[in-house]
Amino acid sequence: MQDLNGLLLGYLPIVIFLGIALGFATVMIVAAYLLAPQRPDSEKISAYECGFEAFDDARSRFDVRFYLVAILFIIFDLEVAFLFPWAVALGKIGMLGFWSMMLFLGLLTIGFVYEWKKGALDWE
Amino acid sequence: MILQAIAFYLFAGVTVASAVMVVFARNPVHSVLFLILAFFNAAGLFVLLGAEFIAMILVIVYVGAVAVLFLFVVMMLNIDFKAMREGFVSNAPIGVIIGFILIVELLLLVGGWTIQAPAIGAIATPIPPINEVTNTEALGHVLYTKYIYLFQAAGMILLLAMVGAIVLTHRTRPGIKRQVIADQIAKGHMDTVSVQKVPSRSGV
Amino acid sequence: MLYQDALRLLPELFLAGSIIVLLMYGVFSGDSKTRSVVILSFATIVAAAVLVWRMPGGEGVAFAEQFQSDTFTRYAKILVLIGAGSCMIMSMRYIERANMARFEFPILFLFATLGMMMMISANDLMSLYMGLELQSLALYVVAAFRRDTLRSTEAGLKYFVLGALSSGMLLYGISLVYGFVGTTGFDQLNQVIAGLRGEGQPLPVGLVIGLVFVAAGLAFKVSAVPFHMWTPDVYEGAPTIVTAFFATAPKIAALALFVRVMSEPFAALTDQWQQILVFVALASMILGAFAALSQSNIKRLMAYSSIGHVGYALVGLAAGTQTGVEAVLVYMAIYLIMNIGTFACILCMRREGRMVEAISDLAGLSKSQPMMALALCIFMFSMAGIPPLLGFWGKWYVFAAALDAGLTWLVIIGVLASVVGAFYYIRIIKIMYFDEAAEPFDKDTGAETGFVIGLSAIAVVGLFVFLAPLENAAKLAASAVFGG
Repeated sequence: MQDLNGLLLGYLPIVIFLGIALGFATVMIVAAYLLAPQRPDSEKISAYECGFEAFDDARSRFDVRFYLVAILFIIFDLEVAFLFPWAVALGKIGMLGFWSMMLFLGLLTIGFVYEWKKGALDWE
Repeated sequence: MILQAIAFYLFAGVTVASAVMVVFARNPVHSVLFLILAFFNAAGLFVLLGAEFIAMILVIVYVGAVAVLFLFVVMMLNIDFKAMREGFVSNAPIGVIIGFILIVELLLLVGGWTIQAPAIGAIATPIPPINEVTNTEALGHVLYTKYIYLFQAAGMILLLAMVGAIVLTHRTRPGIKRQVIADQIAKGHMDTVSVQKVPSRSGV
Repeated sequence: MLYQDALRLLPELFLAGSIIVLLMYGVFSGDSKTRSVVILSFATIVAAAVLVWRMPGGEGVAFAEQFQSDTFTRYAKILVLIGAGSCMIMSMRYIERANMARFEFPILFLFATLGMMMMISANDLMSLYMGLELQSLALYVVAAFRRDTLRSTEAGLKYFVLGALSSGMLLYGISLVYGFVGTTGFDQLNQVIAGLRGEGQPLPVGLVIGLVFVAAGLAFKVSAVPFHMWTPDVYEGAPTIVTAFFATAPKIAALALFVRVMSEPFAALTDQWQQILVFVALASMILGAFAALSQSNIKRLMAYSSIGHVGYALVGLAAGTQTGVEAVLVYMAIYLIMNIGTFACILCMRREGRMVEAISDLAGLSKSQPMMALALCIFMFSMAGIPPLLGFWGKWYVFAAALDAGLTWLVIIGVLASVVGAFYYIRIIKIMYFDEAAEPFDKDTGAETGFVIGLSAIAVVGLFVFLAPLENAAKLAASAVFGG
């Protein structure tokens, strides 16, 4: 339990930071609500879009290409996630550990070459 | 100790509340945002357990990438909110029953939670003490050498995921002009300029 | 040490290497070279089968006991590779005709095959999960491969959503087992649980719940009732060659995995999982028999038929004995041969270049294509379990094993279900031989499909003479699970 406490103490600055950020945000919103004069009329609360009414819903369908980019991003994001423990432990895991990661990166490089040749990274 | 308990109940409470809001939010985009909040609080819970690496991965991968993907999907699908809510009331009893069964099972589990004596000796890779080795490093010590088989299998799965995503969503659009740098460089003056013999006094 | 481990993994390493080489070859030469990618993939599968057969690394575990190779894995892998190889060679012309000739198709099949081999060889719940995911991910993609048709994408999506759910259940179960036992390795699990039971301590509730979740996840993968809902829709919607693949290789792999997980790490809990399996087997047999009666689409019919067959196979596992496992293994081989043959026939159901799938389209096949009608007739009789065809012997083995284990009433219901099932198989024969002739099918199906049909028909008719070698192989394989 003692060592866990030590670990958690390391996070104290983050907790304090979060607390301050939360406090600030709350104070500002509440203050604006309490102190600022509020006299709404129909012109003030209507949607403002360069002077005329909105034509249609702000929500429009995305192209499926966004999805492709996002999923390729996730895959490389995961690859990076695997690199953290490797980088930290590299000194102790020897040649096997090093080449193990090289093989892994090689597999993903193959995937990258495939993507590139397929034109999945071209936008138009 | 008391600080830890407060933090735990704070994180756990917000996680559960935002999970509920994921289901009940009217707007799917709000659901995704609540999901992100739930991920953050789950990360906080992992930190309390001392599992820093998983907590950070949760933030990087789930909040950073998976939630973005969910947002894209929500934006892509053109969901009709009204139609989505339609069967809600009629299906609710079934959902409540299933939820109830799951809760009973979880309670049974918590009630029966005892780790048997032989079990502790059998742990394949015990966690080293946290003040000597951070758990990122502890993971690094076994993941790439002892569990190299699983690691490379993960590599194959990621490769397959790339191939699969491209197979299912990529299409080549005809009639689009692309920049091909190699062609531009290889282009000589003979490809672009042609010399015409113009007979004198007759014009072009 | 590493060298010895790699030698044990050689078939998988070879397959993975080939996938990468073929992927690069395909992407650099384009979709016009699809046919040569298919042929090379087929050659890869054949070579992998030879490697599996030769077992260059010998028996034993590798890579921190994540992976194992023994006679059981060899038997199951050979079956999977036969299934995958047959589908691969039949896909060559099919994907060209169906306008889905992209070089990724055979490569995705290879990925799935690699995943199946990994899950068969798993010796740890973690490597089990990795293999299973590799396999499933590839299958989701091939199910939706014709992404421009509604049915194919629907099949892919349904399979994906329900598959992800079942993987979740499996993982939940695995985490419970790990939480209560403290290990994920098959051998350690076996020892620790046997130790617990030996001391007469009460079983931790969490372990039993974990076991139930693991069993449910696996039951989903073999599409046993009550986790079968996805099967008819996916089988109907996916391109026919993909359906053929689904019904053969992954099913064998998942059954082998089911057998291994239940009778190795959880061997000491046999009394706990036996009741689940008895119920699952019973429900699958009954649903497979009755739900198929009203089907008019042949692919849907085959989906229900495969649910029923899984039920029969699980009867052997429910017996919980070595003879039971042996019977499952024999049944798997027989199921594989019958299904490859039947699906090869279904692949020939084309009129004017379009696939037709209604059972009524088979009318009068005996006049227009007597050889194919005869072959299909043989497969149907065999599936119905008419002696002396192969299908009969499969049922014979599992029922005999269940009787030995004292599951008499399960056997009685099984026999009754197979009588009901015989009705719809024989109905197909009746339509082919006695109904008003419909237009004939296209004849240009290609030599490979004809070859597959002929070979499996001969096997179904003739192999009962050679049942002894199959039985011996199954015996050897089953002893690997129970001997250790």
